[in-house]
Amino acid sequence: MTAFAIGRFASISYRAWAVLGVIVLLALAAMLFNVPYLGGFVDWVINRVPPTFSLIVQYATPIAFAALCGVMCERSGVVNIGIEGLMLTSAFVAFLAGAYLGPVVGTPWAALLGVGFAVLASMLLSLLHAWLSITIKADQVISGAVIIILAAGGTAFFNQLLVSTSGLSGTLILPHLSIPRELTTIPFVGPLLLALLNQGPIAMSLIVCVVGLQILLFRSRWGLRTRAVGEHPKAADTVGIDVYWVRYRNVVLGGAFAGLGGAFLTTELSNSFQDGMTGGVGFIGLAAVIFGRWTPIGAFGAALLFGAVQSAQLTLRIPSSAPPGELGELVAALPPEFFGILPYLVTIVVLAGVVGRAIPPAADGIPYDKESRS
Amino acid sequence: MTTERGAAGGMSVDPTTLLGGSGGLGRQALVTSIAVLAGLLVGAALIILSGALQPGGTLDFGLPLVAYRALLDGALLCEEGFQEAGILCEEGGILDLRALGNTLNASTPLIMTGLAVAFGFRAGLFNIGAQGQFLLGAFASTLIGANLVGVPFPTAAAIAILAGALGGALWGFIPGALKAWRGAHEVVTTIMLNFVAALGLRYLANGPFRDPGATFSRTPDIQPGAVLPTPIDGSPMHWGIVVAVGVAVAVWFLLFKTTLGFEIRTVGANPFAARYAGIRPRLITILTMTLAGSMAGVGGAAEGLGITKNYPAEYGTSYGFDGIAVALLGRAHPFGVVGAALLFGVLRAGAGSMQRQTDIPIDIITIVQGMILLFVAAEVVIRRLLPAARARRATATAAA
Repeated sequence: MTAFAIGRFASISYRAWAVLGVIVLLALAAMLFNVPYLGGFVDWVINRVPPTFSLIVQYATPIAFAALCGVMCERSGVVNIGIEGLMLTSAFVAFLAGAYLGPVVGTPWAALLGVGFAVLASMLLSLLHAWLSITIKADQVISGAVIIILAAGGTAFFNQLLVSTSGLSGTLILPHLSIPRELTTIPFVGPLLLALLNQGPIAMSLIVCVVGLQILLFRSRWGLRTRAVGEHPKAADTVGIDVYWVRYRNVVLGGAFAGLGGAFLTTELSNSFQDGMTGGVGFIGLAAVIFGRWTPIGAFGAALLFGAVQSAQLTLRIPSSAPPGELGELVAALPPEFFGILPYLVTIVVLAGVVGRAIPPAADGIPYDKESRS
Repeated sequence: MTTERGAAGGMSVDPTTLLGGSGGLGRQALVTSIAVLAGLLVGAALIILSGALQPGGTLDFGLPLVAYRALLDGALLCEEGFQEAGILCEEGGILDLRALGNTLNASTPLIMTGLAVAFGFRAGLFNIGAQGQFLLGAFASTLIGANLVGVPFPTAAAIAILAGALGGALWGFIPGALKAWRGAHEVVTTIMLNFVAALGLRYLANGPFRDPGATFSRTPDIQPGAVLPTPIDGSPMHWGIVVAVGVAVAVWFLLFKTTLGFEIRTVGANPFAARYAGIRPRLITILTMTLAGSMAGVGGAAEGLGITKNYPAEYGTSYGFDGIAVALLGRAHPFGVVGAALLFGVLRAGAGSMQRQTDIPIDIITIVQGMILLFVAAEVVIRRLLPAARARRATATAAA
């Protein structure tokens, strides 16, 4: 199982991992032989980076949930560029439900109910996407664009109507799990545990979702059917798999992941909603799907990488946590936009096949027509 | 080789669903009108709802008429009580030149981004990158325009617009080349490039090219010679709309009256057949994306030289993204795009007036646009509801 999982993880891109490995080896060598400039930098990485793990996980969580939604949809052959819209909608619904239910049932329960409603809302909107792209056979990119526009307009409309004028405020943030102090003081592993476990319920459930989906996708009847439908729907249909049903189910269940990611923004990361607050997370999620080569664990790894890049633009601003030496000055002088651009740039590079080509499922984005001969 | 790989990579644009499908021009117009009407009806339902949700509000079924009237007041007509606003209004006319100017100014970038998306559709390409191409055009044109010291009007403006076109063309060439040479799908690369453009230009307008004298971060104002003037007294309309309509006519001519246009449409209809006919799909792909990018770039230039006069670092605009809806509603036809852009321009320009008069959030316009796009995308459903199609299907089943 582990070997299998590592194999899938490595599938991000063998060459990309080779490059990463060389960098890590060089860094280790630099530390051991005390190379000037680099030595100080490595010390900085060891001492200053672990405390930022928690921030990285928080940045990565919505990206990873968006990516899981993307994997679910695209593995069954439905492209969903509307994930951004799904997340915006569910973020707003979670906020609204929490705000209205807060005085009635108490804050933690209201927030949890908000998450439930958010997931439902996202699944409903996904149903629209499924209907348009599977039954109506409308262009899936257009259908996704419809969802983005409707979500942007709808949330802003009701936000002004219900929230801005009445001064409605959100519920408390969902509580984080507190883990024993003894565990967190273990060198290097401690901060990692803290980062993964000292989170709210949604961020903590992420790792379960990722591993579970990875196993299900490659080791279950459902996963086999999903992949068959995504690669060659005609063949799947011939052996009696209901292509439409598999696609509907995947798109709607994928919507649940997007819903969790959206709800995370307004119940765990903050307790407020702003228009357009997703700010492209759904699109970075799409990038993570491609970078992770359409596997849940690969997408999760990509999300962590993108999350690390995004958190870097925050932590590098703080003088005390800025890296030392000339190299450090160089890194700290980089504009924040540089880190914002990186995920998109890296995805373009991967798509262009410069560092290992990314190949989508063969029937990705093509509506299935039972009657067609091809 | 690459075209096969691209097709195998999925997500190819199906021309028959995008370009209005089967049926004559009249039928297409009918289906499109139904989509627009349905979108406005959903908007009406939301207006009634929003009236009821406001403090002390009730269900008022007359409110949509009041609201849409306010919208038309703001976009086209002479508002009652604001008779002095426009020239025609003073003479007791119907059309308000000031409001009309705002509408045309709002339509100008929509026409250009709509053309950028529609032009891609014709070659079977989905250009979601109009947003980034628009931003590049706005940035390049205002930056060049700011440096043309002492150059008189038509020359300076022309050079600045050309710079905008080149900027947009660059942002169209990249996804085109990646698609043609590396098989990277243009939908994903253009989405990514939109963000690269927005963030990269924000950095440039914030740092290296920031106007040191400005209170908020933006590039320097353009020189007077580069400003697109407003030819009509009392109307804010600038020359951009003339440029936009001119480009629309040029695109129509290119697409339907030249060999290149025929080749582009052939690649869109069937890249494999096009190859057997001696057309090089890769070249056409790159050329189409570059030209499409330059169109969105001109849109950015028109907005930059006519309205903003500089490039603000936090440029919150959705003209590029709205271009997708415009192109679809216009059936990817240049003249259809102009019509759709005028409709969306009316909605955009009038939304403010509607919000002032009826307290309905301005964002309802976005919902109405989304619903119109939804009904266009689901037009199969509308077609089934139309009597002629029903009759035809009945005879078909009877014959079978």
